[in-house]
Amino acid sequence: MMVLILAVVLIPLLGATINGLFCWFTKRKAHIIAVPAIAIPAIVSLILLARVLQGERFDQVLYWWIPLGDFRVPIGFLLDELSAIMITTVTFVATWIHVYSIGYMDHETPRGYAKYFCYLNLFVFFMLTLCLANNFLLMFVGWEGVGLCSYLLIGYWYEKASAANAGMKAFVVNRIGDFGFMIGLFLIYKHLGTLLFSQAFASAEQLSVGVATLITLLLFTGATGKSAQIPLYVWLPDAMEGPTPVSSLIHAATMVTAGVYMVARTHALFNMAPLSMEVVASIGAATALMAATMALVNNDLKRILAYSTVSQLGYMFVGVGVGVYAAGIFHLFTHAFFKGLMFLTAGSVMHALHGELNLQKMGGLIKKMPITGWTFVVGALAIAGIPPLAGFWSKDEILAGAFMGGHRIIWAVGTFTAFLTAFYMFRLIFLTFFGEPREKHLYDHAHESPPVMTIPLIVLAVGSAVVGLLALAPHGGIVGFLNRTLGEAHEAAGHEGGLTYILMVISVAMGVAGVVLAYFMYMKRMPDPVAMARNFRPVYTLLYNKYYVDEIYFAFIVNPVVGGSRYALWKFVDVIIIDGAVNGVGRLCRLVGGGLRYIQTGFIPDYAWMILVGAVVIYWIGRLF
Amino acid sequence: MGGLGFPILTVVTFFPLVGVLILLFVDKGSKRVLRWTAFVTTVVEFLLSLPLYFKFQLGTHHFQFVEKISWIKILGSYYHLGIDGITLFLVLLTTFLTMLSILASWTIDKHVKEYMISFLLLETTMVGVFCSLDLLLFYLFWEAMLVPMYLLIGVWGGPRRVYAAIKFFLYTMAGSVLMLVSIIYLYYHHYKVAGDLTFNLASLLSTPVAASVAPWLFLAFALAFAIKVPMWPFHTWLPDAHVEAPTAGSVILAGVLLKMGTYGFLRFCMPFFPTATLHFSYLFLTLAVISIIYGALVAMVQDDVKKLVAYSSVSHLGTVMLGLFALNLQSVSGGVLQMINHGLSTGALFLLVGMIYDRRHTRLIKEFGGIAKVMPIFATFFMIATFSSIGLPGLNGFIGEFLSLVGAFKTYPVFAVLGTTATVLSAAYMLWMYKRVFFHEVTVEANKELKDLSFREFMIMLMVVIPMFWIGLYPKPVLERMEPSVLNFISQVKGRVSAQKEFSPQGKERVSMAAFIVENKELR
Repeated sequence: MMVLILAVVLIPLLGATINGLFCWFTKRKAHIIAVPAIAIPAIVSLILLARVLQGERFDQVLYWWIPLGDFRVPIGFLLDELSAIMITTVTFVATWIHVYSIGYMDHETPRGYAKYFCYLNLFVFFMLTLCLANNFLLMFVGWEGVGLCSYLLIGYWYEKASAANAGMKAFVVNRIGDFGFMIGLFLIYKHLGTLLFSQAFASAEQLSVGVATLITLLLFTGATGKSAQIPLYVWLPDAMEGPTPVSSLIHAATMVTAGVYMVARTHALFNMAPLSMEVVASIGAATALMAATMALVNNDLKRILAYSTVSQLGYMFVGVGVGVYAAGIFHLFTHAFFKGLMFLTAGSVMHALHGELNLQKMGGLIKKMPITGWTFVVGALAIAGIPPLAGFWSKDEILAGAFMGGHRIIWAVGTFTAFLTAFYMFRLIFLTFFGEPREKHLYDHAHESPPVMTIPLIVLAVGSAVVGLLALAPHGGIVGFLNRTLGEAHEAAGHEGGLTYILMVISVAMGVAGVVLAYFMYMKRMPDPVAMARNFRPVYTLLYNKYYVDEIYFAFIVNPVVGGSRYALWKFVDVIIIDGAVNGVGRLCRLVGGGLRYIQTGFIPDYAWMILVGAVVIYWIGRLF
Repeated sequence: MGGLGFPILTVVTFFPLVGVLILLFVDKGSKRVLRWTAFVTTVVEFLLSLPLYFKFQLGTHHFQFVEKISWIKILGSYYHLGIDGITLFLVLLTTFLTMLSILASWTIDKHVKEYMISFLLLETTMVGVFCSLDLLLFYLFWEAMLVPMYLLIGVWGGPRRVYAAIKFFLYTMAGSVLMLVSIIYLYYHHYKVAGDLTFNLASLLSTPVAASVAPWLFLAFALAFAIKVPMWPFHTWLPDAHVEAPTAGSVILAGVLLKMGTYGFLRFCMPFFPTATLHFSYLFLTLAVISIIYGALVAMVQDDVKKLVAYSSVSHLGTVMLGLFALNLQSVSGGVLQMINHGLSTGALFLLVGMIYDRRHTRLIKEFGGIAKVMPIFATFFMIATFSSIGLPGLNGFIGEFLSLVGAFKTYPVFAVLGTTATVLSAAYMLWMYKRVFFHEVTVEANKELKDLSFREFMIMLMVVIPMFWIGLYPKPVLERMEPSVLNFISQVKGRVSAQKEFSPQGKERVSMAAFIVENKELR
């Protein structure tokens, strides 16, 4: 088992190393190494998943990484239902995104091409480390490692100022979250004396509610950074500066879900802290709603998808926050398919339109690129929660969980957000793929992408259509499978048959309503969206400018810190006060020395007097002690 | 002689002087020969120091490879060398960085002979400081070290080199003088209590000082070392010295000389005065945290890359001090490891800054931009060094930083939380700088034709990067060698506090300097 796990983790690292060290040789052929480096682990993951399905579990130390007194942290791996699902999802989606990248990154320089695949492999390595770690610190290694790769890949086109800025913003904002994460780890070590999952969770019940609440809130702070929740979500929309397959893999399907995974992984701690769970669910719901509203009016293809990701991540946090951990992870799983798919189709559109992202310049593209268009529709139907596609099942599990758990407001917010989601997704579809082309010139040059790109689209579209059906598999389906490790925080008071169906109908109705409204507004112009924007000018402006959150952060945090450091600390304290004092001492010495020069008269009798006086003084000082 | 059969520490300490001797007979003009002689000397020196690591005995805190020969009989001073699990790595760091520094000094063209001689002399004194177990010997090396460093800054430095060199010298001397007074006091006090004259570290340690004087002596020592570290507010010599010093000077200054401050706390200041240490711990924890945050914030707004790295040192060394004063196994080990890590990562950064300075003769951030395009290998190494400095897991910086903070959190959670802000701030100032230097379009004409690293430069960077990964992925060999010594240090400080509290400052502890002078005369 260890060998298989090591193969899963290390083969991507090997791929990254080869392409990293020998990018001068691999060049255009980089994918020959990079794609198998993910495909093989994908196959091995399936084997591992099969063994876990049979009830095997694995938790073993490879070697002791930091052994220091009672602080002992290993490099070790944990394979259970949760991590098996994670690694299967990650490697499967990653494989197809790697394949897609062969076509998408076609225009890059040879070395840039190799570098790209190196980073992408490295990312998968860190992501798998994160998912398979058997202790907090190794998980943190993966956590930071994926952040590094995200930084490198967002800034892949670093000559563009916006890309360079976005990379830096992503890393620094994530670090703010990690600050909380690290302190959470300190507390776990201080109170439980270990950072190993197995030991920590086994003794979690020793924790007082207060400490458990503090720990979980700090861990969740880390999650808000990585998984782009309020208040740290601001980096994700900017992260769209990276190549689109990267947005698909890292900023939609896998890395950003790490926060959800972490909360699920540490559910033993969260179960101890009802208040933290409440916070997680509330932040999740608020983020879901807020991000969805920002997506309503945006005209940038990728940014809409980014806000949608933030919003869907909010759903996942609602899931884990209300205690239906398995439902949260199930949504993570389905989301990886349909959101990964939608980003890839967006990339296909960009590929066809020479990087154009503005919806207002598109239209009617379905005729030119049918595969891209229809696979996108599949993804959108999945996210809108239309049965029997994937999103319906997982979203429904979460909303039902919220309702049954007594979180009526959160349920209402989630259901309303489902309506918004369907609306903005179909707004995007109608503006992009249907109606009349608005830019003749762009439309004329559009073409369907090559098979190396469309095959991944088809695969993921099929996935988006069917993976939700896993919910119906025997023994409680995928949720039942996950619940073997996760359990539910509060035993849901038995699924009352009638009520669940009512909830299901409501959420489907919301999705359908969103689609229908988008159809009327953007295909029939009733009501006319332009007129709507004019009539609700303040709301529109507020949403269009993303609630001015970036501006507020800059005005109240970034600028004061930088300005204060420059003028108050450096120019004033350092230069004027401290150096002023130091140089002042120097000047004083010179002054005193200058004064003393006058007693150097050169006359022997003067010196003799002074010696005498000095001797007496020393004698008296000596007597005093 | 530690089971090696020959006095290895003496060899390691004084081998550079062999190089000096050879250099004396080399013609001033043949710069190639001078450079190669110095380089080969430091390579051999580094190889000579390796047996210290491999023959180091695990599981004991006792000093190893000990040599003890009577030196100045009348003062009771011995030529007494030895290393433990802490100084082992400081010595290795010194020989390693000196070797790289000489290799990085290939571009020095002025007074090459004198430069190389100064450098080798510096190496001897640095190793001497870490190996001395006799306070007089220690002080001798400590002071002797200032001279070559002063020359390196003052002769081969930048435009304001004289100001910087004098500032460096005076700052350090101010502390050293107070330290000397304290050493003499300890020496005399031991004589009064135990009746023998000795500068032996262990003997002096075994004679506790009266509670009434201990705080003053502690502060005198602490001031000397705090300047060296440097802790806020004694840090302003550092940016000046770094900006003016030649590249190799900066590497050694940051990599080794600053560590002498923290080492001084660890070896002398804190074990000598355990009660005072605990008494003043809040003061020093506060200063450490101020150094961490202040250094990082000021680093963020620097316009000169080298100055930025210099201020980042203030921040990093603050973490070390936080670890030391938190006084538990994890925090102190983390602090000591961070001393090594800082030597590697900041050393690497200074080397890299030097390489770009050699090409462009400027270090101002606004003069760059888009360097990643023209110098990809350079950019890659710079990125590894950057992330090592930020403390990315998998690289060395993380282990030291995390251990010192997790340890500090056990005893002083509030200080540790404040110290942890460094993880955010360091990412901010390093990546912001990196972005402005390496990303964006190449706008300055002079940057368009820059050559990537030469073979020599590539080898330098490769050698620094290897231990970064090694410590990051497999720190066990380092930690297990360090652990007994760290535990010993903690017990020296904590264990002796209770014993000392009962020690009353009566009678013979109140000493008179005059009587001392008289009695000393009798000895003659």
